[in-house]
Amino acid sequence: MKKDIILAGVGGQGIISIAAIIGYAALQEKMFLKQSEVHGMSQRGGDVMSNLRISHEEIASDLIPFGQADLIISVEPLESLRYLGYLSPQTGWLVTNTTPFNNISNYPELDTVIAAIKKLPRHIALDADTLAKEAGSARSANIVILGAASPFLGLAYEKFEDAIRFTFRTKGEDVIGKNLKALKLGREFADKNI
Amino acid sequence: MANKLLLLGDEAIALGALDAGLSGIYAYPGTPSTEITEYVQHSAVAKENNIHCSWSTNEKTAMEAALGMSYAGKRAMVCMKHVGLNVAADPFINSAITGANGGLIVVSADDPSMHSSQNEQDSRFYGKFAMVPILEPSSQQEAYDMVHYGFNFSEKYKIPVLLRITTRMAHSRSGVVRVASREQNTMHLPDDLRQFVLLPAIARKRYKNLLASHLLFIEESENSPFNTYIDGPDKSMGILVSGIALNYLMENFPDRKIPYPVLKIGQYPLPRKLVEKLIDECGELLILEDGYPMIEELISGYVPGVKKIRGRFDGTIPRTGELNPNILAVALGLPDTKGLQVPDLMVGRPPQLCSGCPHIDSYKALNEVLADLPKGRVFSDIGCYTLGALAPYEAINSCVDMGASITMAKGAADAGFIPSVAVIGDSTFTHSGITGLLDAVNDKSPVTIIILDNATTAMTGGQDSAGTGRLEDICKALGVEESHIRVIKPLKKYHEENVRVMKEEIDYMGVSVIIPRRECIVAIDKRMRQKFK
Repeated sequence: MKKDIILAGVGGQGIISIAAIIGYAALQEKMFLKQSEVHGMSQRGGDVMSNLRISHEEIASDLIPFGQADLIISVEPLESLRYLGYLSPQTGWLVTNTTPFNNISNYPELDTVIAAIKKLPRHIALDADTLAKEAGSARSANIVILGAASPFLGLAYEKFEDAIRFTFRTKGEDVIGKNLKALKLGREFADKNI
Repeated sequence: MANKLLLLGDEAIALGALDAGLSGIYAYPGTPSTEITEYVQHSAVAKENNIHCSWSTNEKTAMEAALGMSYAGKRAMVCMKHVGLNVAADPFINSAITGANGGLIVVSADDPSMHSSQNEQDSRFYGKFAMVPILEPSSQQEAYDMVHYGFNFSEKYKIPVLLRITTRMAHSRSGVVRVASREQNTMHLPDDLRQFVLLPAIARKRYKNLLASHLLFIEESENSPFNTYIDGPDKSMGILVSGIALNYLMENFPDRKIPYPVLKIGQYPLPRKLVEKLIDECGELLILEDGYPMIEELISGYVPGVKKIRGRFDGTIPRTGELNPNILAVALGLPDTKGLQVPDLMVGRPPQLCSGCPHIDSYKALNEVLADLPKGRVFSDIGCYTLGALAPYEAINSCVDMGASITMAKGAADAGFIPSVAVIGDSTFTHSGITGLLDAVNDKSPVTIIILDNATTAMTGGQDSAGTGRLEDICKALGVEESHIRVIKPLKKYHEENVRVMKEEIDYMGVSVIIPRRECIVAIDKRMRQKFK
């Protein structure tokens, strides 16, 4: 099994945390992993992306070739479209938050952005911010998105629950519980909309 | 998979150094090199063994301190981003002549495509210029292994070793397996106590010594575990590939079998015999390297006009920017792959000053003061505040190298361009601004220097700043008149007052320093989170 994943968002939105949780789950399955991150200038409110590759075979490149990503996971709608050049036209899924992070003066009309997402053959678009609040943790929108992406990652759902328990192990049961709820709400949305 | 750690290239280098008996790491923060030193700073083992790991004021002081530790017989590492090597170039080049005593590794992290830099210079040229061996990893595992190898090499030949990485290697994670760790060296001085005295008579001897060693370095490269010749049946083309470019090459052959002979380079100087073998056995050559076409230039000199050489010079590979698997696919004549079309509505999202950033208030005040004057009189520098060049502030007119704001403002004032303003961060000021301020004081230049003091090195993630709490004292000691050192608080509620202070000092026909002081909001957030963890 091999999955090539593009993670997208705006600096500070927590895409590295999503990568870390998927990475932990993959390592528990004895998979190989390469993950290219963005540090530095772009983290100051600019667009950021990460290449995450997990595979049972050894991985060569740190970067995913264009048109070969199995999945784009984005915590921001406009950013979800920025990296479409990486997505496989035949099989690729796009999973994105619909809540915009608007820190630029020329942000396109949100309706047109959402319309462009909905035009894609395989997509899951959900309001992760609202679902995160419903889970009791407004900061967990990225975990909702991870839940929505979980059907496409080739790993059993329980593996992500384990990874969340590990990632938030020092934060207490309350935080773990809210994040597990966030993960579940994202997953349920995806299951209903695939 | 037992004992496999998931590490950034930077972290693999740091762990390699700790396992190889490091006694001190010296660095000034700079993307993409920062995480090497931070890893050591967060290491319990480093703390337990009293390994030096606090930040240096700049790359030159870092390089010199590391050389001093090497002199004392201990293993030292110095880390910087590629342009930092420009700052450290004097001690770096001369350290090849003095040689090392304890193992000394210089890590320089290049940034092809300029993700966070002002150029994409290739540090391998510095290594070649200094005539020191260069190591260039193709994987995080190699990065780890090369540190052990590099320290041993450095001590065997008494020579500093350059470890060259790129952004993609620095900031990509992969599995790393450790080897047995080693104790630190005991202190021991060089056998010859004049080894480090570069008086001309001694330096001439040392230089000849270096030239003689260089032949041995080539011999070592021929037999290096990091330089491998992989034969292939199709001799119509030979591929010479260095560093991380190897991964992009392999990506294009899913069974990992490349039909052409491949020479993979991870250690320089180039292994002459292996290169000649590739040239002799193959038709044309394809050269793949992330960075400047350095090998390509060297090889072209080997066989001028005889062999067709493809690479960055003939357009097979783009002349600038980072490599990727698709660029190599096209170069290899393999099918290019494409994804979906990005819709036309897409717009850029450049980085920007954080909401609540103190620099915003400083720039608003400065823009108001300068509003009635012709534009183009603010020289700035390298840091978060460089983002003040972008809308909506468009407040600065230069960003060249660390410290250049003050000296450029002075030079412009010397030319009669008055008022002339410099905007520099606190960490950049101590890095390379102090000497320029002394020049301005000595010439009584009519310049206004604004030191944006957010008490941290913000752009690289909030490292300690060398002058925190002492900026006024430093300026005073350099000879700036006390009445023209003005500390202000960059907050909206003090805007009118800040405008008045800036106006007064800009009107003053001598050196004045304004220090807008308020802690970086990201640093406050980080501090609070650590406090209540």
